[in-house]
Amino acid sequence: MAKVFIPTALRAFADGKAQVEVGGATAGEVVAALAELYPDIRRHIYDAEGKLRSYVNVFVGEEDIRNFGGLGAPVPPDGEVTLVPAIAGGVAGALRAAPRQTDGIVRSKAAGRKR
Amino acid sequence: MNVASIIPDDRLERLSNAEITRYSRHLLLPQVGVDGQRRLKAAKVLVVGTGGLGAPLALYLAAAGVGTLGLVDFDFVEASNLQRQIIHGTRDIDRPKVASAADRVKSINPDIRVVTYNTALKSDNALSIIEDYDVVADGTDNYPTRYLVNDACVLLGKPNVYGSIFQFEGQASVFYAKEGPCYRCLYPSPPPPGLVPSCAEGGVLGVLPGIVGTIQASEVIKLVVGAGGAGGAVAGDSLIGRLLLFDAWAMKFRELKLRRDEGCPVCGKAPSIRELVDYEQFCGLKPAPGEEPVESITAKELKARLDAGDPLQVIDIREPHEQAIAPFPGARYIPLGQMARRAGEIDAAVDAVFLCKVGQRSKFAIRALREAGHRGRLLNLQDGVGAWARDVDSTLPQY
Ligand SMILES: [Zn+2]
Repeated sequence: MAKVFIPTALRAFADGKAQVEVGGATAGEVVAALAELYPDIRRHIYDAEGKLRSYVNVFVGEEDIRNFGGLGAPVPPDGEVTLVPAIAGGVAGALRAAPRQTDGIVRSKAAGRKR
Repeated sequence: MNVASIIPDDRLERLSNAEITRYSRHLLLPQVGVDGQRRLKAAKVLVVGTGGLGAPLALYLAAAGVGTLGLVDFDFVEASNLQRQIIHGTRDIDRPKVASAADRVKSINPDIRVVTYNTALKSDNALSIIEDYDVVADGTDNYPTRYLVNDACVLLGKPNVYGSIFQFEGQASVFYAKEGPCYRCLYPSPPPPGLVPSCAEGGVLGVLPGIVGTIQASEVIKLVVGAGGAGGAVAGDSLIGRLLLFDAWAMKFRELKLRRDEGCPVCGKAPSIRELVDYEQFCGLKPAPGEEPVESITAKELKARLDAGDPLQVIDIREPHEQAIAPFPGARYIPLGQMARRAGEIDAAVDAVFLCKVGQRSKFAIRALREAGHRGRLLNLQDGVGAWARDVDSTLPQY
């Protein structure tokens, strides 16, 4: 069984689990087994065509599978598979800031805030 | 990876006796020494964002004697920042963050030059701001600025000391295209908005940015001093080509290897990005052409429909602990993480309104339902429960 490390950002879609053990001899089989176990995580890992999403990286041990044949990368029997998604620290901040960012230097917020 | 100092010898000045006293504990380290401290004095470091990561970065870099510290932020200090952004204090609320940060930094070290940019870093100012600096420390909180900082640093040949945080988890690396991979080599494109909840929605342990930001500060100092060390000292290793993962709850560090992607659109062999682009478009913050927009409803409109007794399903997609902070009366709870598998619980014949904290994750829930084949009318509560608290029910706390 391979040990899969689930990052915080995806745990809500895997019943809150930080780590699970699933079978599989390749990175692709391990990730597919994870998606089988937790269907809600599927769309966060695969795109509509079933390809791995580009903001989720998969590592076997400490190596990125992109350098080892992608989803075909071999996973040793007691290997560790780590999912590493992009985390930014705060997307909503950017979204709320967007209109202000477009008008250059920003000074209006304090004035516009309700008291 | 060992790298020589990024500060050229011809910029080094001598240290005064006062500086020798102040930086004595650095001078005693053979890996820093007088040479390294002179490099710190000559160094120009740009800290992008003076929030959770930027706070410890700016404080420690100022204390370390970085000669010129640039601070970029467009934001103002808010009460909810103070749980982690320790460069700001209670009396700084409503002040521009760069002004508050500059005051604090100067009180730690009046000898350094502090340059503030009270603006958002954007495609039309990033190159001219970053150009003046030796190294950039990325303490931003959003994807568009991360890609912007990365691309600008690659185009200008500057190292980008990266850190990011979410809840209990942090990442750190040094992206330096001259020596190793860049941010796009690791993440060619960002997640769609709403997929990964932000810190504003998902929360963050207050000390986490303190830990990750100080890791970034260490990496900045090593790039400046030269991780190879002076005087034959044992070489230090930069985080170039390595991604450090930190989990504060499990208290575990893990390390992964990063390699340059030869097909990288900005640092690869045949780069397609040769100038800065529109990063909000790139990160999907503007609707892509042909994308079906999500229909929204304002808090006031929702209130009017509920008062009129319109048949409506109100679905709260927040996590249970979050609903407990500010419960939405009369809503049905289906957490985002279970949306796809519980799609059948939503009646396609009745309008359904989805809500979350700020109206982003709910949009994502609507897209997930559509993908799962749901054909009913799905509305997004614009700006989420925050808008309801602001415009309809002021007894509800804003969080
Ligand atoms: Zn690259």
